Amino acid sequence: MNTQSTAVPDSPLDPQGIAPADMAATRPMYWSVRRELWENRSIYVAPLVVAAVALFGFAISTIGMPQRRRAVLLLGEAKARAAIAQPYDVVAVILIATAFIVGFFYCLDALHGERRDRSILFWKSLPVSDRTTVLSKASIPMVVLPVLIFAVIVTTQILMLLQSSAVLLVGGVDPATTFEYFNLFQQSLILLYGLIVIAIWHAPIYGWLLMVSSWARRAAVLWAVLPWLALGPLEVITTGRSKYFPALMRYRLFGGFEKAFAFASRAPAQARVHEHTPPIDSLSQLTPGKFLSTPGLWIGLALAAAFLAAAVRLRRNREPI
Amino acid sequence: MTVIEARGLRKAFGTTIALDGVDLRIDEGRILGLIGPNGAGKTTVLNAILGLTPCQGELKVLGRNPWTERDQLVRDVSFIADVAVLPRWIRVSQVIDYVAGVHPRFDRAKAEGFLAKTTIRRASKVRELSKGMVAQLHLALVMAIDAKLLVLDEPTLGLDILYRKQFYDSLLNDYFDRSRTIVVTTHQVEEIQDVLTDLKFIDRGRIVLECSMDEFESRYLEVMVHPEHVAAARALGPIHERRLFGRSILLFEHADRSQLAALGDVRTPSIADLFVAVIGNEKAQGAAA
Repeated sequence: MNTQSTAVPDSPLDPQGIAPADMAATRPMYWSVRRELWENRSIYVAPLVVAAVALFGFAISTIGMPQRRRAVLLLGEAKARAAIAQPYDVVAVILIATAFIVGFFYCLDALHGERRDRSILFWKSLPVSDRTTVLSKASIPMVVLPVLIFAVIVTTQILMLLQSSAVLLVGGVDPATTFEYFNLFQQSLILLYGLIVIAIWHAPIYGWLLMVSSWARRAAVLWAVLPWLALGPLEVITTGRSKYFPALMRYRLFGGFEKAFAFASRAPAQARVHEHTPPIDSLSQLTPGKFLSTPGLWIGLALAAAFLAAAVRLRRNREPI
Repeated sequence: MTVIEARGLRKAFGTTIALDGVDLRIDEGRILGLIGPNGAGKTTVLNAILGLTPCQGELKVLGRNPWTERDQLVRDVSFIADVAVLPRWIRVSQVIDYVAGVHPRFDRAKAEGFLAKTTIRRASKVRELSKGMVAQLHLALVMAIDAKLLVLDEPTLGLDILYRKQFYDSLLNDYFDRSRTIVVTTHQVEEIQDVLTDLKFIDRGRIVLECSMDEFESRYLEVMVHPEHVAAARALGPIHERRLFGRSILLFEHADRSQLAALGDVRTPSIADLFVAVIGNEKAQGAAA
């Protein structure tokens, strides 16, 4: 870990005149992100714990799996696909949800905690600009967590495949029946695409949380959430209906998927959950063009940029609490 | 070279005036003590110098405007803003790695060398260290940074006398040289009397006294007056009078030493005594006005 700190200045290929400029841009960013991981171990501990619990649950489910697999294969392709791929999809979904929750609380504390414990005075005594600091903190939910969660999901799914294959082999069932209905490589590509979509689509949420975190003196979570929750009753009181607010919330949380993926069935979401149909199982269902041409995406990104710029300004001006 | 140049610094928080026209000029190689009562504006001055707060007036630090050019300035300026600002969750080894990672002027070997003289373990978290050890750690980090200006705001607050003494000893022996400049504020004025080269008193947002320590010794004299000479001594116009063990102690500015010697025991006052005299008089005037 120290190779980085010594290699750059000592490198004969990097004359001093050029090296500091390079360093100014990337090294404070690199170390700021590392520092966030030192401070907030929940960023990787929480997904690992959830993955471990999921693996444990899956291990229990493998009891009697060979018999169930034989039965399931007789039910026809759609049901077999649903039953076999379901645990893998569920693992992906709960880990993505975990990443969102971790990112949510991380952002709320990111610029608040350093003012609360006055350590901001130490961070500000070092040559790391407010912009670098805020961007490094924004990169946690938007870059670090998606990459990390991708690795955790894929690793968990590989372990599940190994485990189930072993159990099926012992039980005299061909493990290839799993691969037939759950293509890990293809699902990983879909997952990667999905995580990028989520990160971009949720950018304004994280930007908002970081801005509140740099502004609020206390109870950052209330300031972050209550104004939005207050919009719901406000709409009911003023218009007598609850139409736009729930739609807005749903759009910002989940709207990205509808643009980024062409869902196979037009069945209501409720029904899908009950039938456990994997909504996406083909690369042809990815619609990045449609996603990128959605105004909501670009409005969201503009908002995220505005929130982050405000957070930079606030961090510059605000004093320890 | 002038390190800090300020003219007419003003800053108000709402209706409270924190700085009311502060002028400052500090040259390279000086150790300035900025002394003042609570709420006098010391920290506001330091924050302005460090670019942590904007203020009205002219201010140049190392030739830069600290508020607008903070990102460039901070490479050449170190500061210890308070005793307990090191994040409590960080490990000693991590904080060294971090500073080494982000600060181009940090000498890791030097920091390790300072730490080797202490009992601080690399694997400890800051929250596990005593207050004195945290101060040692912070000082080790700061002393390993090749900065032109070091700003210390109450660096020894809450430390016991051994750590305080050690703090200033290391600062003088291992860090300070004629190319560096140090600005320090503290309430423990007795301990820095021999450390400083310059002294400024600040009260209610104004500089009320400034002199170099060389000047200090010739400018201020304190006399423990023999009881029979009290009236004669008072006639010479002392700036302050106090009583100790039944004897009057009079403080004079610009007085003739031989003349005073006839009235009692003459000595150089402590900064603390001068502080009480000057700030006490200010307060009395403030109350009268």
